[in-house]
Amino acid sequence: MTMDTALDIVAGAFLITGAFLSFVAGVGIVRFPALLARMHAGTKPQVLGMLFMLIGLGVRLRSWSVAGLLLLVIAFQMLTAPVGAHMVGRAGYRTGKVRAEDLEFDELTEDTERHDGRAPGPASNRT
Amino acid sequence: MIYAVVVAAALLAGAAILALIRAEKGPSMLDRTVAFDVFTTTLVAAVALEAAWSRRTDTLVLLVVLSLVGFVGSVTISRFAAVEPEDAARVRTREEVEAERQAERAAEEAAVAAEQARREALRADPGAPLPDPGGSVPDPGGSVAEPGGSDGEELRA
Repeated sequence: MTMDTALDIVAGAFLITGAFLSFVAGVGIVRFPALLARMHAGTKPQVLGMLFMLIGLGVRLRSWSVAGLLLLVIAFQMLTAPVGAHMVGRAGYRTGKVRAEDLEFDELTEDTERHDGRAPGPASNRT
Repeated sequence: MIYAVVVAAALLAGAAILALIRAEKGPSMLDRTVAFDVFTTTLVAAVALEAAWSRRTDTLVLLVVLSLVGFVGSVTISRFAAVEPEDAARVRTREEVEAERQAERAAEEAAVAAEQARREALRADPGAPLPDPGGSVPDPGGSVAEPGGSDGEELRA
């Protein structure tokens, strides 16, 4: 077995793993019951899945200029995925799509209630 | 390599279809945003898979652009997410739309009639104290539920 074949097999394994993580996310966002659970499933391919896909692509292409570009994509993704998830979670909390019984700890509601009396908190906390 | 690409492509197609199912079902705008995120990521993965299959490097710029577009889209949607009414997720039937339109028209006609009555009263007796225009005129929007017109930062009562 030559070096090229071995590297292609490694790349194929990475690609399959990344695609599998995407598929898992698809199953998760269809089957999970609440917004936060769906967000949890949806973040799987955003960081790890894309990392695997791009590593597989880099191993397959075997060129340093490509590796730089792929590193840029991964860096962008790692910077932007938490920001996007934070915005979605914040909007979900403020528009009452987070249920209190789903939360183990809910320090945000406690703090906002202590601060200004009432809070835009989880739906079942309000009348 | 061909087996790996076929398996990965099948998995990605399944992921994209499932994401579209969730984007169609909703129920809220934010669920659709999450589904849209997953769809964008799947698209990036598909472009990467195609580049790996045919060993081309000219589509790699698409990866950067797609990941940035997905980010901007989800942040924008969640920034302007509003409190949605309970049944905003479902499509209204023809009868419901018709009923709402008739209610609007009735309210408008009532408002016009009240205004006319007020003017006639004024013309008949200019010295009389003006009747309160707001009191007798029914609010045209009052009887109609306004869907989703609220500001994003507005708290639900």
